[in-house]
Amino acid sequence: MSMLVLEDVHTHYGKIEALHGVSVEVNKGEIVSLIGANGAGKTTLLMTVCGMPQASSGRIILEGRDITNEPTAQIMRSGLAIVPEGRRIFSGLTVEENLHMGGFFTSKSEIRKNQAHVYELFPRLKEREHQRAGTMSGGEQQMLAIGRALMSNPHMIILDEPSLGLAPLIIKQIFEIIGHLRDEGITVFLVEQNAHQALHLADRGYVLETGKIRLHDTGKNLLENPDVQNAYLGG
Amino acid sequence: MAANNMRHALFCAIVTLIISFPILGLSLEAKGVNITLSGAKTSTYVAIVLAAVAVFVFQTFRDTFMGALGKLPNFNPLAGREPMEQTKRVKLESWLLTGIVVFALFWPFLVSRGSVDLATLVLIYIMLALGLNVVVGLAGLLDLGYVAFYAVGAYTFALLSQYTGISFWMALPIGALLAGLTGMILGFPVLRLRGDYLAIVTLGFGEIIRILLNNWTTLTGGPNGIGGIPEPTLFGMEFGRRVKEEGNTSFHETFGIAYSGEHKVIFLYLIALVLAVITALIIRRFMRMPVGRAWEALREDEIAARSLGLSRTAVKLSAFTIGAFFAGFAGTVFASKQGFISPESFVFLESAIILAIVVLGGMGSQLGVILAAIAVTILPELAREFSEYRMLIFGAAMVLMMVWRPQGLLPVRRIQITLNKQG
Repeated sequence: MSMLVLEDVHTHYGKIEALHGVSVEVNKGEIVSLIGANGAGKTTLLMTVCGMPQASSGRIILEGRDITNEPTAQIMRSGLAIVPEGRRIFSGLTVEENLHMGGFFTSKSEIRKNQAHVYELFPRLKEREHQRAGTMSGGEQQMLAIGRALMSNPHMIILDEPSLGLAPLIIKQIFEIIGHLRDEGITVFLVEQNAHQALHLADRGYVLETGKIRLHDTGKNLLENPDVQNAYLGG
Repeated sequence: MAANNMRHALFCAIVTLIISFPILGLSLEAKGVNITLSGAKTSTYVAIVLAAVAVFVFQTFRDTFMGALGKLPNFNPLAGREPMEQTKRVKLESWLLTGIVVFALFWPFLVSRGSVDLATLVLIYIMLALGLNVVVGLAGLLDLGYVAFYAVGAYTFALLSQYTGISFWMALPIGALLAGLTGMILGFPVLRLRGDYLAIVTLGFGEIIRILLNNWTTLTGGPNGIGGIPEPTLFGMEFGRRVKEEGNTSFHETFGIAYSGEHKVIFLYLIALVLAVITALIIRRFMRMPVGRAWEALREDEIAARSLGLSRTAVKLSAFTIGAFFAGFAGTVFASKQGFISPESFVFLESAIILAIVVLGGMGSQLGVILAAIAVTILPELAREFSEYRMLIFGAAMVLMMVWRPQGLLPVRRIQITLNKQG
């Protein structure tokens, strides 16, 4: 059962082609990692799934529905949630208000239920409930960004560099939570520079190089692959 | 550090001399056909030198002075107090506001006609500023052409009354709706723009409307404007000495009181008051609704807001439309108050003043914006005694205000929305 399928997707920024025919498949209940160097097109791939920018050719199918030409707002309301690169929380709003924004299109009772669930996953956020989000540490902000994404009852969650700029101990916590999300039945698509931890956690992994998929295997095999070890795992 | 200060101070003092000497120290006098250049009195030269010295001294010890200024809030007895609890604060605020409104209802019967007239203008500015506050303060879209929507409201009423003889009460919703529609039309092309670029486009739009009104002579009368705009009536009762329209009665005859020009002024004031209160209440309601939170989210981070499924189009258009709607409201009242409008009332300076009110009041804060509207409209009137230095004083007051309270008079204290625990 596939959750998200990309078939030969090309994406352009103006005249420049950033993705040269990418095909990726994410099955339900999996954690799939996408690794690659700076400028390989990882973020472009994620943004294309979200419809900004839209793919110039190819097909993107989310839970059996073709979303290639749908506007961003519609895609983001249909069971998909993203934790954007650099967290992008609403820094002037309190933690609680940030979470409520995440549940903008759900009912009040759903918000109440999901909020309790997020506080269960991240007790730190409960402590900071009425604090302005911008005054929290980087790790707490990342927790909030994940929590906010969970507020919309997503079937699938996309994480863009969740370990960016965080202390090793916090990264470990974040990855534990990501594993926990899979156990709850949420499909996870993880984009990381931190290849070692990302592949360790992942069921399967893709390696993206200059806008093309170079390798595709299980997480375990990729970790043992000498090419991957040389290029992404520091030998 | 000190040497640097000294050099800077010397430079400032010289600039003061260069600027003030020709302006104050020299004067041209016409004697017959000849123009002669003559100097001023010795006392003026002494004053110029003293001013330069004052600038020099201030600039040299600038850090000390500014440091002392920075300590000023310590004299404020309320500065150190604990922030009030939210529920308590909201309650106090609403009591205070109710008190102000009740006072405002009775106030015109106690003061002169001129004051009431000025107060009506203040109320119009309050409506305008509350509307712009939605666009700039809440949604974070810098709009420099806001006066265009004000003009649309005013001209809608003026033109409709000229060509179809419509009454104020009919024109009020039509003017506001048309202004709102204009806001929406402007919203479409600027959806992708933000910050400086948006400011430039809206500035252009404001000018387009003004130039259109100025040049479309056959319809709008061009620079001559439109006169004879009717005053509002109270259930068919007119406030003039004689009844102008058939079927209407006059206010003073109906109630059997002597005619007084003040009735009309007070009635207009009361209408403006009621409309301003309605504007404030409706926008307050919007702020607490999902659309209000969407505006804030978009202001805080556009990409994040979109990633949550908010539609950029809908959120921006709603802010533009609602802001413009209330400008149209204010425009209709303005046209009725003046009885005559021309494009001259809708220049860029008006947009700038309304924006200044929003910034001075504290972006997004309603009470602050209301206070700032009162201050900005009344201050130039109070300073009238200083005649030509009026605008100088006004400008200085604004600069000082921004130095002391960059966050505005009453910075917004966001209302937290909490869900009931049980559900």
